[in-house]
Amino acid sequence: MTPVPVGMPKFATTARTALADPRLRRDLRNTAGARRERSAQAVAATPDWEELREAGRAIRDRTLLSLDTYLQELERAVTEAGGTVHWARNAARAGRVITGLIGRDAEVITSASPVTREIGLAGALATAGIKASETDLAELIEGFRASHPDAASIRELFQREIPAATAELAEDPAALAEVARTHLRDRFLSADVAVCGADFAIADTGTLVLVEGEGDGRMCLTLPRTLIVVAALDAVVPSWEDMEVFLQLLPRASSGDPMSPSVSTWTGLVPGDGPAEFHLVLVDNGRTTALADEVGRESLRCIRCTACSAVCPVYERTGAGPYGPVLPGPIGAVLTPQLRGVERAFEASLPYASTLCGACADVCPVKIDIPGLLVHLRGQVIESRRRRPVPTPEMMLMRTVAWTMGDRRRYETAMQRTTRGARLLARGGRIKRLPGLLGKWTEARDLPAPPRESFRAWWRKRDGRS
Amino acid sequence: MRVALFVACFNDALFPGTGRAVTELLERLGHEVVFNADQTCCGQMHWASGYHREAADLARGVTRVFQGGEVVVTPSASCAATMRESYPRIARTAGDPALAAAVETLAVYELTEFLVDVLGLVDVGAYFPHRVTYHPTCHSLRSLGVGDRPLRLLRAVKGLDLVELPAADECCGFGGAFAMKNADVSVAMVADKVRHIRDTSADVVCAVDNSCLAHIDGALSRLRGGVQVMHLAEILAGTEGP
Repeated sequence: MTPVPVGMPKFATTARTALADPRLRRDLRNTAGARRERSAQAVAATPDWEELREAGRAIRDRTLLSLDTYLQELERAVTEAGGTVHWARNAARAGRVITGLIGRDAEVITSASPVTREIGLAGALATAGIKASETDLAELIEGFRASHPDAASIRELFQREIPAATAELAEDPAALAEVARTHLRDRFLSADVAVCGADFAIADTGTLVLVEGEGDGRMCLTLPRTLIVVAALDAVVPSWEDMEVFLQLLPRASSGDPMSPSVSTWTGLVPGDGPAEFHLVLVDNGRTTALADEVGRESLRCIRCTACSAVCPVYERTGAGPYGPVLPGPIGAVLTPQLRGVERAFEASLPYASTLCGACADVCPVKIDIPGLLVHLRGQVIESRRRRPVPTPEMMLMRTVAWTMGDRRRYETAMQRTTRGARLLARGGRIKRLPGLLGKWTEARDLPAPPRESFRAWWRKRDGRS
Repeated sequence: MRVALFVACFNDALFPGTGRAVTELLERLGHEVVFNADQTCCGQMHWASGYHREAADLARGVTRVFQGGEVVVTPSASCAATMRESYPRIARTAGDPALAAAVETLAVYELTEFLVDVLGLVDVGAYFPHRVTYHPTCHSLRSLGVGDRPLRLLRAVKGLDLVELPAADECCGFGGAFAMKNADVSVAMVADKVRHIRDTSADVVCAVDNSCLAHIDGALSRLRGGVQVMHLAEILAGTEGP
């Protein structure tokens, strides 16, 4: 299980706070607009984009169907190249493996990635009493991912956290970056152990691939004596030939660039160059369960490009926070409940955090049908609720509606009664307040009063039958 | 041509004018409209909310009402998308091969698809002397892929002044149960949609789905937006003279 705070509130609850934050709203709006434009331009400039997407989809599906074979091949290749492979069933196990590899007094640097966030690496290191410095600038600035701070608040934070950041530090991005760079450079040079994530793992050569914007991960790979790399099971790619497809899809979909600013690849150990010890921790953490679901497994195609977030009208208004720490955006609303189960309120709320508008499916570089998967997971949520001894009010309502709709007479009687009742609630042809579950609608929206004559009543009259 | 109308349950009760407009329009164009009163709900709400067993029951009902080969026309893009896109999934989820076979025989057209693709019409002889903007609903745009068919129909309407809606392809925030379960995000979305609609100075905003329009109208009305909401069919049904 991923260490998400137990009983994390439902999406709607956290979203309400995010919606009320003017700076977050403005930043999200600006970022989304710029990213959509850049990605659209990159896609337009790639004539074989649709073929690439189809190739990406096909490679992912083929890999997932023989995942066991490719993982064993990867283990063999990594071992032959001088590395040690560790298998972790869940996040807690991954944390124990990693902390067990690190000496008590070692100086540790980490580079945050989706998989290290997913397993809660920072928390695991802290619990084990290991002091680690984060090298990802966005991660270093605590809460950056959720709150999008501006230069002024970054300056303030640096002055508090970094000794070299004096009162004279300018509120200028270049000056701020320079202070951070100098600060981080010292960490890179003195660290004994580095822990970072890999985005892809090539099975036939045992090569690990790290795609990043800032390049801090690359510093982890080269300087410290011990390198510990974390990769999810679905990071595996059969061969270099397949890798080429993802290196074209990923930057275009994520930032609109034809190539990622920094792509690092490394294979095992080279005497006298780079680390002297190399460990690969392969993390399942719910993936084999997701893989067993014939419909749901499609989500494991995800290459973490965040294109779905960039076009999502919900994400554009709430930001990453309400999706929890595993993975934000529409694909996070799919993967988080898949990896953690749908029994608890937070996970159960995620598949409903979407209007199913379909914008995400249109841009996904590996053609994941995100709206389809959200509906599939909603089905799992409801199935788990059916197992409860007492049905929820919503379930009673939905069952009653389905039963009513199952027969013309019941439907017509219910429509007549509801119309009569609703007309009593209306003032000036509008309903301004509805009772019960529907009250959420009328918090900010009216509803027209149903006309006296339904369509079928009109048709009957016109047809000359009663 | 003989056309079976699937009016959609919420149109039946809340927006009967849309069903009447479709009937009048198709009859004016020389076609026979039939309405099988055994029809109720397509099951969209149950399917999209996760009540997949109930959705399968309702889909079975629809396949009993509309026999194979019959041309079914509906003024609800989301119901059309449900019947075309979701029914095979509903049947698979239910593990019901008989239902899977039955849904294969359904020939469902959203109104603008029927007019443009089947009848080959763009000018339906309508008259509507107002400033109008068009909101492409998500199901019509991304599930059905109706493209510019509604706009082509609107451009051919006599007297109609069509104005482009900014950020048109962005969802209005309805999303069925989403409007209740995530009411705050839903309202934040419709607030922007309403702003864009107001920016066009249109008198009327139209679409091919009354569920999204009810959402937009609900917000416009609450804010005294002064823009009328109409289903495209009601515009196309309008003619010159008394």
